[in-house]
Amino acid sequence: MADVDIKNYCLNFGPQHPAAHGVLRMVMELDGEIVERVDPHIGLLHRGTEKLIEQKQYLQAMPYFDRLDYVAPMNQEHAFVLAVEKLLDAEVPIRGQYIRVLFSEIGRVLNHILNITTHAMDVGALTPILWLFEEREKLMEFYERICGARLHAAFFRPGGVHQDMPAGMAEDILKWADEYEQVQQDVETLLIDNRIFKQRNVNIGVADAETALAWGWTGPMLRSTGLAWDLRKSQPYEVYDKMDFKVVVGNAGDCYDRFMMRLAEIRESIKIIRQCIEQMPEGPVMSLDNKIAPPRRADMKTSMESLIHHFKLYTEGFRVPEGEAYAAVEAPKGEFGVYLVSDGSNRPYRCKIRAPGFVHLQSMDLLCRGHMLADAPAVLGAMDIVFGEVDR
Amino acid sequence: MSAIAQTVKSLILKEFFAAFWLSIKYMFKPKATINYPYEKGPLSPRFRGEHALRRYPNGEERCIACKLCEAICPAQAITIEAEPREDGSRRTTRYDIDMTKCIYCGFCQEACPVDAIVEGPNFEFATETRAELLYSKEKLLANGERWEREIAQNIAADAPYR
Repeated sequence: MADVDIKNYCLNFGPQHPAAHGVLRMVMELDGEIVERVDPHIGLLHRGTEKLIEQKQYLQAMPYFDRLDYVAPMNQEHAFVLAVEKLLDAEVPIRGQYIRVLFSEIGRVLNHILNITTHAMDVGALTPILWLFEEREKLMEFYERICGARLHAAFFRPGGVHQDMPAGMAEDILKWADEYEQVQQDVETLLIDNRIFKQRNVNIGVADAETALAWGWTGPMLRSTGLAWDLRKSQPYEVYDKMDFKVVVGNAGDCYDRFMMRLAEIRESIKIIRQCIEQMPEGPVMSLDNKIAPPRRADMKTSMESLIHHFKLYTEGFRVPEGEAYAAVEAPKGEFGVYLVSDGSNRPYRCKIRAPGFVHLQSMDLLCRGHMLADAPAVLGAMDIVFGEVDR
Repeated sequence: MSAIAQTVKSLILKEFFAAFWLSIKYMFKPKATINYPYEKGPLSPRFRGEHALRRYPNGEERCIACKLCEAICPAQAITIEAEPREDGSRRTTRYDIDMTKCIYCGFCQEACPVDAIVEGPNFEFATETRAELLYSKEKLLANGERWEREIAQNIAADAPYR
């Protein structure tokens, strides 16, 4: 019998694959149905955000951060304003800090809802997305009520947040939090014991803590391996040190663990949301220093000095002292960091964005190797990738 | 004991039937969807939709061509040209917004010292051609006239927070 030369099959996964979560193209080398090698090709959504920010004043750079990880926009803004405030050495009023934390946690719930439901959909469960997106819609309405946009908020500002919460909103958020618990329990009934869901996820994409650290993982990906690393606990920013919450950790480090952790993290986030609303004091939400924060509208219309500040801030913007700063927040996907270099002008000299999704995607090859082709969407789903931030 | 219980649960397909029963219950719940073009979701007074240029109650244009909106616009979507009028007042001769560039961040209405340019409550302004999205001053003023009631209500409702 003649020798048969069998070559590995090369497959393009994406960029228009419905399970590729956006515009990811992965070149996969398959041996039958076993994945031999995965090579993610990124950059299809590259918009040059970092370079664009160098041309913009600090305030004008804000909206770009909404468009990075567009499922939890305010968390990204948070990192940027923290970096700017570090350079400016600016104080944020305590109520402003509470509102920031409150909406960062709402952002986390938004993100985790999207992730667990799409992950479930990738492995064949369509119902959770229909149930939980109804809840997500309610959260989007809170976004819309406080800043005027459901997605691209542009709400956090250096020195605070743009506007205070409208009257009655705190009660509505608490009411939502009470009702949400039941929906999540129902989704858990659908999924967590389901044998098909378990077969698709348990022991898929396993990594231990050492590998995770070596690949630079953060967030739920890292915590699924058992390391309790959470920036909200390890280096608390804003009012996180006053919050009572647990860092959720997994132990197996597989896709099922990551899924379960996100469900648990939503519960922790809701705990933080409740505490924020309970503890929130009255007061200003934006710094009163008119050199960085515009004066209130009523003042601007009556006082000459305020009007001058207003014109200065909206034409030239504020100047930021020379220096560099790195600020990181625990975004829903992991450590989202902004490294700013200022040359003393009103525009950043350099703005480097550290996106967790970018780091996690690199380990796709490591996680998929040896698994079946059908496991790749499960790994990708549990990885929580959004191309806005990977490609920037 | 728990191993036996596990086996029995697994054999009688407990988790499938529990989920099946739950989804049947959900089937009889009231629908969350709305009949869109006839029913619409709630909008807050802060909603940032289609732009409009407003007038004072006496019919005079509010815009004084200070160009703050042009300066702050991150997408550089606004173009303004201005010259003094015969009565000496400063007004725009051209006020264009490229709606294809606009990112609806709301900085223009924040910057406007006279509440002239606002982002109104309208979100249904899809067009058939691209050229229709390059708004001129006439279009923006017409928007202002069309939406003035809602815009004025929204500004009044949001005034304590601004």
